[in-house]
Amino acid sequence: MSTMTLDAAERTESARSELTGKKVAVSQAEVRKTVGQPFSDTAKLRMRDVNVFYGESQAIHNVSLDIGRNEVVAMIGPSGCGKSTFLRCLNRMNDTIEGCRVEGELSLDGEPIYGAKVDVVPLRARVGMVFQKPNPFPKTIYENVVYGPKIHGIASRRADLDEIVENSLRRAGLWNEVKDRLDKPGTGLSGGQQQRLCIARAIAVSPEVILMDEPCSALDPIATARIEELIDELRENYTIAIVTHSMQQAARVSQRTAYFHLGHLVEVNDTETVFTNPEHELTEAYITGRFG
Amino acid sequence: MTNLTQTQVRERIEKNLASRHRTEKLFRGLGIASIAFGVLAVVILFSDIIGKGSGAFMQASIQLEVHYDTEVLGIDQVDDESLTWANFSGVIRQALRERFPSVTGRSDKRELYTLVSSGAPFTLRDRLAENPELLGKSEVVWFAADDDVDTFIKSLKDSKEGFRGRTSDQKAGWIEQLLETGELKKRFNTIFFTNGDSREPEQAGIRAALMGSLFTLLVTLALSFPIGVAAAIYLEEYAPKNRWTDLIEVNINNLAAVPSIVFGLLGLAIFINFFELPRSAPLVGGLVLTLMTLPTIIISSRAALKAVPPSIREAAMGMGASRMQVVFHHVLPLAMPGMLTGAIIGMAQALGETAPLLMIGMVAFIVDVPGGVTDPATVLPVQIFLWADSPERAFVERTSAAIMVLLSVLILMNASAVMLRKKLERRW
Ligand SMILES: Nc1ncnc2c1ncn2[C@@H]1O[C@H](COP(=O)(O)OP(=O)(O)O)[C@@H](O)[C@H]1O
Ligand SMILES: [Mg+2]
Repeated sequence: MSTMTLDAAERTESARSELTGKKVAVSQAEVRKTVGQPFSDTAKLRMRDVNVFYGESQAIHNVSLDIGRNEVVAMIGPSGCGKSTFLRCLNRMNDTIEGCRVEGELSLDGEPIYGAKVDVVPLRARVGMVFQKPNPFPKTIYENVVYGPKIHGIASRRADLDEIVENSLRRAGLWNEVKDRLDKPGTGLSGGQQQRLCIARAIAVSPEVILMDEPCSALDPIATARIEELIDELRENYTIAIVTHSMQQAARVSQRTAYFHLGHLVEVNDTETVFTNPEHELTEAYITGRFG
Repeated sequence: MTNLTQTQVRERIEKNLASRHRTEKLFRGLGIASIAFGVLAVVILFSDIIGKGSGAFMQASIQLEVHYDTEVLGIDQVDDESLTWANFSGVIRQALRERFPSVTGRSDKRELYTLVSSGAPFTLRDRLAENPELLGKSEVVWFAADDDVDTFIKSLKDSKEGFRGRTSDQKAGWIEQLLETGELKKRFNTIFFTNGDSREPEQAGIRAALMGSLFTLLVTLALSFPIGVAAAIYLEEYAPKNRWTDLIEVNINNLAAVPSIVFGLLGLAIFINFFELPRSAPLVGGLVLTLMTLPTIIISSRAALKAVPPSIREAAMGMGASRMQVVFHHVLPLAMPGMLTGAIIGMAQALGETAPLLMIGMVAFIVDVPGGVTDPATVLPVQIFLWADSPERAFVERTSAAIMVLLSVLILMNASAVMLRKKLERRW
């Protein structure tokens, strides 16, 4: 064993333990306190002291963050650090997970997200979500897009629905590719097209916020570039929170970047600052690829 | 161990490869052998049943010229009342005497009359009821022959002598005479499909049992499918995972393992003794079989629900669909083929079930074809059991024929399960 050379993974591993060791020794308190600018004057989503538990174990520790209107906030961090968990708090997708408990203040335009009186149905119509793996319904492309408007009673006349379908698909940059096959199954599209269909489905109900959980991790580089372009266009009308494991992607699409580490929000800053001049040593360690 | 050269390593792999191939071959051989055994068993079973039972679809029939003589019949017009007491057997006896004028002795005549089935007068009555204008006229009618005749002529092809049984030399002579002229022939046995049970094999049919099975299964399906699917949806989609739902799950699995006779006793105690539902009725049979098939349907429906990818649920939930909308718009359509397959398999089990139905009196001798779920009825497997128990030789082939019908229905059900699945399964 000792004669063996270290392979890449083990190198990362040792870097990680080195870092955590340092953290415990030097800057325990520093990790707990988010550095940078987690707050925004034009907050669309406002989160304060959020703690999330899966049964006994705590996945998110005291996270406070604002997501501004028409802003793209990227969330990065090593896998398992709680990015998805945090993102799923914002439209209460965690409600469906047995044993998951969310504490803290979360609000959308000043209205509480959690609370006995809050109905998740209108909340999820306002806060749409795009998942890691493209998950169109096993129905036609048309039905995929009109599903949201139909269940929320936004439109029911055929002409209105047709219009919604065309608009949504256009905005998702998919219209030209699928306009002749709207009655074909959505699952028959390529991965990138499926993901854009999912985006079209999400924007068909005109949400205010779109949450994206690693939307490109299952896609090829060309499809990824297409989606990134799309995110940039969507920013005009929507507030976007995107989880990504690709730092280049975060750099390309977001205005602010939040770095998570072991359930703590370590640093939030302008994307440029995070990637060129990070304030926190953990952030620096991560973006320089010392662990991941 | 530490210093193996590359050639040594390769040699070891080669050696190991040979033994791997051997085990693989052995396994494949075992697999083929077990499949061959299964196929052989099916072939033997089917050829035995078909060999024994196919005869029952043909029935020896005798052609007679009958004269609807008002004097012999003792009626002068055709109406419901006169038909019930008209002397049709007199007409048939007269026809037989005319066909064999040489038979004169009293006991000889009586033997002559046993050529045709004792159900023959009813055949004649039905003819006249349908065609009242025949009164006073003559016509040629095919009557079912007595089962002794039937057995005798069917056994003629096996041995020259044939199976005589109660058939005397004299009677055998008449039969041969009729066979030669073509007045005695094997014709398609419609009675087998149109009649209920009878003490006379040549008058016995499976219609009553078939309808009984149909009504019983309808009740079972109508109850167990919705209840089973609803229970499965609740347990899978709504119920919190706690000690109570664990307990329920264990009990559902237990229920599936309870011997069916116990359900029969339960049905007897609850549905018949306590609720005083009618005995021998498909309604009660269906209730009992519902108890039996519910676990099957719940378990298979839950498996079908579990198989729906969670990403679909997440997608729908993320769009703001309520729990019920998630289930009814997305999960259920995807799980339906699996649920239906489970239901049909459950129904097939119920169709073959005998023991619990014996307990609730569906073993009664039922002549009339049931017209509803509360009429006394029996079911196919019980009918098979009853016929297998009868001494007449002609019932042997009817037993096998009934098994053939039961098996065909089962094959039909299973085939439709496969087809339904193929059809409903999403093409994407
Ligand atoms: N459904 C769950 N039940 C229990 N623990 C979970 C569940 N989902 C995630 N976790 C835990 O929460 C932590 C954060 O997970 P996650 O939010 O998925 O991380 P990320 O998306 O950053 O990779 C991990 O330690 C993970 O093991
Ligand atoms: Mg994740």
